[in-house]
Amino acid sequence: MDSTPQFFRHGPGPLARLLLFVLLSCLLMVEDLRFKVIPELRQAIAMIIYPIQQVALLPSEVHGTVMDFINSFHIIEENTYLREHYLRNSEKLLRLKALEAENTHLRKLLGAVNTIHAKTTAKAVMAEILYTPRDPFSHKITVNKGRQHGIQPGQIVIDYKGIIGQITRVYPLVSEVTLITDKDHSVPIQIVRNNIRTVISGTGKNNEIELRYLSVNTDIREGDLLATSGIGGVYPRGLPVAVVTGIKRHPSDNFAQITGTPVAGVDRNRQVLILSLSPALPTSPENLAEESSVESENN
Amino acid sequence: MSLKIIDESKINPKKYISKDMLAPANSWYVIVSLVAALILNFVPLQSFALAMRPDFTALVILYWAINQPQRLGMSLAFCTGLMMDVHHASVLGHHALVYCVIVYIASVFRRRINVFSLVQQIPQICVILLVMQSILIVIELLGGANLPGWHYYLKSLSGAIVWPIVAFLLSYPLKHRSNPDAL
Repeated sequence: MDSTPQFFRHGPGPLARLLLFVLLSCLLMVEDLRFKVIPELRQAIAMIIYPIQQVALLPSEVHGTVMDFINSFHIIEENTYLREHYLRNSEKLLRLKALEAENTHLRKLLGAVNTIHAKTTAKAVMAEILYTPRDPFSHKITVNKGRQHGIQPGQIVIDYKGIIGQITRVYPLVSEVTLITDKDHSVPIQIVRNNIRTVISGTGKNNEIELRYLSVNTDIREGDLLATSGIGGVYPRGLPVAVVTGIKRHPSDNFAQITGTPVAGVDRNRQVLILSLSPALPTSPENLAEESSVESENN
Repeated sequence: MSLKIIDESKINPKKYISKDMLAPANSWYVIVSLVAALILNFVPLQSFALAMRPDFTALVILYWAINQPQRLGMSLAFCTGLMMDVHHASVLGHHALVYCVIVYIASVFRRRINVFSLVQQIPQICVILLVMQSILIVIELLGGANLPGWHYYLKSLSGAIVWPIVAFLLSYPLKHRSNPDAL
């Protein structure tokens, strides 16, 4: 039986449409948080909005060019100063090289050279921060080097003082860096003073990271420097990460509340260095796999 | 005297009838306005300006949903939301969700909002933007984030304040140039 023809053609009502789209976006969110089945979707959208982002960056680039032009008047002055400085520093550098050679010699004597990879094999690529998202929830930045420049997920991002974060998503021309202050990001570290191994995590707050699960009687003081331990094979060892700034010990808790400030300018610099991936470690034997799974997850 | 003041504050039917009739927008014009809003949202800014910057995409979506709902469906709002999510490196779909929600709210209240002048619409737009940001916060909390400070809501206030400007600029090319009363 034919229904009467509608005078005005309408689709489904607004509420039905809203429910459909809410369902769709909920599915997308669950997919993005839990399963990550279609990473190409994000890549495709990133390519679509890339020209829009470039246009949005234009004003700051023009501003930068004008400032460069103004600064170029000071450059000659600065150049002579830097040349002088360079000569003075090169003497120190020579001494450092001698010390380094002596150090490797001593390590050879200890027979430890097989366990420690020479740090100089890591190569660094300089990248510039394009923008930081305005979302107060996401501690991520986007840099101007992507798959075209040979960047891979998992590479470490540092500045001249210490660790900033880790590459987590790579697009063709840009890539995303998760900062060490991100809530879900952890770094295996050692306390430099007494070599206690532990793992440091972000808090989701700006410029604050915390040491979770350290018992109340752990030997740690304010001002202690925390450096990467190299365990897990993702981070090279010996890079400074943070300085302990606050310790609260409640007798009723099992763990002390220890917070620290990152050494590197996590929210400051404009240029960063991306280190190449360190060589893969030998896989742990079967019976150890369960014990080490906690640590490897944190990496 | 007092009667006159009440009359002034109420909606004047004469004024309402004499409101400008807008020409239907070209769908390219809608898309260009959305892209312009995205560019404004993507401009990198420093701390205070960043906290105060209104969500221009939400404002443009609201404008079309209120004034010409046949031009902007929820699907377009959804796609714009996905672009915002990818730019912010946040969970895919949560801006898409809230943009659909504001399109729905606008479709329910559009006749009521349309009665008022642009400046009088400010508080109503402010409430819609506050609802939008509250839904964003709830989604983030479910995802395990911390609560941001109260300054998070400043964007809604600034968004409502720039609403008359945005709405005026968007409606300007659609106004009829000729005087309908002229012979």
